[in-house]
Amino acid sequence: MKPAPFAYHRPSTVDEAASMLAATEGKILAGGQSLIPIMSMRLAAPAALVDLNHVTGLADIDVSDTAVRIGALTRHGDLERNVAAYDANPLLRRAVQHVAHATIRNRGTTVGSLVHADPAAEMPAVLRLLGGSVEVVSTARGRRSIDAEAFFVGPLESALEPDEVAVSACFPHPPAGSGSAWLEIARRHGDYGLVGVGALVVLDSDSSGERGGVPDQRGGHPGARRRHRRLQRRGVRRGGLGGRQDARGRGHRPRG
Amino acid sequence: MTTSHVDPASGEALHEVTLTVNGMPHRLRVPARRLLSDALRHDLRLTGTHVGCEHGVCGACTVLLEGRPTRSCLMFAVSVDGASVTTTEGCLEPDGGLGHVQQAFQDCHALQCGFCTPGFITTITAYLEDNPDPTEDEAREAIGGNLCRCTGYQNIVAAVLRAADIRRERAAS
Ligand SMILES: Cc1cc2nc3c(=O)[nH]c(=O)nc-3n(C[C@H](O)[C@H](O)[C@H](O)COP(=O)(O)OP(=O)(O)OC[C@H]3O[C@@H](n4cnc5c(N)ncnc54)[C@H](O)[C@@H]3O)c2cc1C
Ligand code: FES
Ligand code: FES
Repeated sequence: MKPAPFAYHRPSTVDEAASMLAATEGKILAGGQSLIPIMSMRLAAPAALVDLNHVTGLADIDVSDTAVRIGALTRHGDLERNVAAYDANPLLRRAVQHVAHATIRNRGTTVGSLVHADPAAEMPAVLRLLGGSVEVVSTARGRRSIDAEAFFVGPLESALEPDEVAVSACFPHPPAGSGSAWLEIARRHGDYGLVGVGALVVLDSDSSGERGGVPDQRGGHPGARRRHRRLQRRGVRRGGLGGRQDARGRGHRPRG
Repeated sequence: MTTSHVDPASGEALHEVTLTVNGMPHRLRVPARRLLSDALRHDLRLTGTHVGCEHGVCGACTVLLEGRPTRSCLMFAVSVDGASVTTTEGCLEPDGGLGHVQQAFQDCHALQCGFCTPGFITTITAYLEDNPDPTEDEAREAIGGNLCRCTGYQNIVAAVLRAADIRRERAAS
């Protein structure tokens, strides 16, 4: 239960981190809450780790008119406690509260969880649901932004290239007149969910809060599929959001 | 952090790390793969921190990193260079007497074998700083990330509430 030896690198800037990553063909160490257990169980033995924890300027949470942007060192717990982010988009806190236990959230990073791309993880589903993006940097190709849709490639597989450092993630605010919810079934609160559902319901401008006009519903399911997908429904027909549902709107229908 | 040293036995590079543990500064020389839990137990001989599962599930190894509960088995000592760490040995009264959580564990018989106890003491100590007056449900939720194989948890929940009382009484006196 001890990790294998590795070479340790401690950059203090993002550019340094990217060049160390390219030079060593190592892995980034962020919160370590997924990587260290995997290394302790000897499921992974990277030759080198590039420790992001001493890079400055990566822990900020920036709430603009259009989105919540978090840095690669924003811990799950920082996002959960951030009042401005909650006011702008309550779904972020509702979902992140289901990520592990508070003790893990104090160290694990939300961007790390996106990169790790566990199909059972909450925040990849939220990024997908909101149509967000991840910004990455490499020495060879500079900066690029990857849309959530393209970011999650498969179980534990993201579109990040081995020499790329993820520096931030952007969660766009849901449109005005929308509501969101997060539901999850886990054996204990804090365990990985067996299945979960995030929902975003956007009301039509002319239905202005009246029941009935629901032109845009989206759902995201952690745990139910091999990779994070967004289900989308347009038009007045009201499809439900269940554990599994196909594109023709079959599944449970909401009552009332 | 310097890496000018090599372990003669293994050939591994050693890093010099500075940690403030329970208020005391320490310098240690460790390989990069040294877990913080092992650095505390083996290098600093602070064996109050226990190691159960070593993959983040049981909570026995929980310490306070800059005041916040974190798993010491899920951090490398070299990565928390310069940090301030509080272990169960540090959850005492300033005069060296039992801290409010430790006292409550004794009062409520909240431990049997004691293996899980250090993780509960640190977790609950930090929790009560942010939530000084929890309900029973909140107390139960607060310890949700810590496993105990002996007690059945009832007395630990009681100890959280008792610790909140003692903390208030001591603050008032
Ligand atoms: C007991 C336990 C329970 C958990 N339960 C849940 C849960 O219910 N839901 C959930 O979502 N998660 C859960 N987690 C995982 C937790 O959310 C992790 O924090 C998260 O998956 C990874 O974030 P990290 O910062 O710890 O990343 P690390 O462990 O440091 O890294 C994970 C991987 O991502 C890469 N990486 C990380 N950051 C970057 C970056 N910025 N650029 C490039 N590569 C990067 C690393 O190289 C590594 O391959 C749990 C963990 C534990 C130990
Ligand atoms: S030993 Fe660290 S959580 Fe079990
Ligand atoms: S007292 Fe024995 S494991 Fe908790």
